[in-house]
Amino acid sequence: MSIYIQGIVYLFSINLISVMGLSLLTGFTGSFCFGQAGFMAVGAYTSGMLTKLVGWPLWLGIICGALAGALISIPIGLPTLKLKGDYFAIATLGFAEAVRLILENLQQYTGGARGIPGIETMDSPVPVLIIALVIYVLIRFYVASTHGRSCIAIREDEMAANCIGINSPRMKTISFFVNGLLAGLAGALLAHYVGFIQPSMFGMAKSTELIIMVIFGGMHSVTGALLSTVMLTSLPELLRAASIWRLVAYGLLVVIIMVVRPEGLLGSWELSIASLKQIWNNLFNRKPSVKEGN
Amino acid sequence: MYILEIDNLSKYFGGVKAVDDFNMKLEEGSITSIIGPNGAGKTTIFNLITGIYPPTKGSIMLHGHSILGLPTYKIVDLGLARTFQNIRLFPNSTVLDNVRAACHDMANYSVLEGFFPSKRRYQQEKLIKDRSMALLETVGLADRAEEIASKLPYGYQRRLEIARALALNPIILLLDEPAAGMNPEESQNLMEFIRKMRDKFALTTLLIEHHMELVMGLSDYITVVDFGKTIATGTPKEVQSNPEVIKAYLGYGDKK
Repeated sequence: MSIYIQGIVYLFSINLISVMGLSLLTGFTGSFCFGQAGFMAVGAYTSGMLTKLVGWPLWLGIICGALAGALISIPIGLPTLKLKGDYFAIATLGFAEAVRLILENLQQYTGGARGIPGIETMDSPVPVLIIALVIYVLIRFYVASTHGRSCIAIREDEMAANCIGINSPRMKTISFFVNGLLAGLAGALLAHYVGFIQPSMFGMAKSTELIIMVIFGGMHSVTGALLSTVMLTSLPELLRAASIWRLVAYGLLVVIIMVVRPEGLLGSWELSIASLKQIWNNLFNRKPSVKEGN
Repeated sequence: MYILEIDNLSKYFGGVKAVDDFNMKLEEGSITSIIGPNGAGKTTIFNLITGIYPPTKGSIMLHGHSILGLPTYKIVDLGLARTFQNIRLFPNSTVLDNVRAACHDMANYSVLEGFFPSKRRYQQEKLIKDRSMALLETVGLADRAEEIASKLPYGYQRRLEIARALALNPIILLLDEPAAGMNPEESQNLMEFIRKMRDKFALTTLLIEHHMELVMGLSDYITVVDFGKTIATGTPKEVQSNPEVIKAYLGYGDKK
């Protein structure tokens, strides 16, 4: 595998891990999170500092990065998850900006705006890719479980969900915790892919990019989030020849999707043997009812 | 022994007394109706019982235990289920998933186990599906299980909401204007349906309704409220002949 392809696979896997958390929190639980980069920064700096400055082994650092992302989500989530809709989005945005500014100003530990160079890097993207795909499968299982259905109920109508006995603060906190864990993991992996971290990597643009991936693929589909992560990670690379215009193409594509298909690429379609069979039947007109009718 | 006792329940929104010293006792297995003109505070009473609003004062006792101050989901766990005046389904979920969502107590696998396949999970999910389908069968929606809830015709959405409430195995079922927007024939069917459900699930039913035919034909007891105040209670016959009730509904002319 050439270094270039390796880089794209790294980037895709890292994005996918973060997007999976966001898909659960925003797509399925209905809490619109605009501060994903903040959680990634927490994971990246935890792992980066533990491995570089303390000298811990790489994978231990990454695990601690993921846990740091999860732990910070609890004090952030408890007060903010009570907020509705836009207010919650703004609160998470504020959190992410606060994290970035704190990292910039804690110069003696984080190197300030210049960041931390020389972080240990990984040899191969394959383990990261495997982790990302396993996480996709785990999220698929969760969303189809009774707990996943409770999350969907909260997204659809929180008051009705409470009136069928769903403890909505608890379920939302769990989704927020899982999202923090995955974002922290993605951030830590990013630190050990690039080998260098600085606060500006975790700005609003990163949060926006990730939330767009969830919306683009279909808010109600985990597979959609996977597909859009593939597309939106590789698209800027494919259009590299167009230099700065590729960002315009990216934006245009997102606008087109929002206008033509507001429910996202896949809507609520999920990849499974049953759904593939259905497509097969539709394509070749093998519906038993059609046969009987003729 | 009364199953639900409400004493001096009041809710003030600023200077507006939405509910003022409301009293009610529910007998086990009875069908009780709350009637009254629009804006009389009927839905507010439901919202107070299910813990959506905290009351200004008063007490609500279920089986002799106060449920005041409990969060909604805990009150529901104790056996109170409700429907809404302006139907509140999970609009983008399938009919089946709407009912399955209410069966979450039948699954006792942990959140962590939710991320993995397991035999226990598979078995419990199967039980949930079977029970949900059985409930859809009772309300006559089994053949529409895979449809998206918001695309159902209005009358079916009402039934689905009742099926979802029944999935909670309630002791008391609160129905907020179940016949709203139904024609006489549909509300006649609904009346039979509610009576059937009461007998089948041994339910105590509390009903808010405007269709007088339905209320008079179905209820064991009726409470009439107007401007937050209870103006009459009793059997349908007693209430019908109560002058206060006639005044609230029809008004009164100038005496000369």
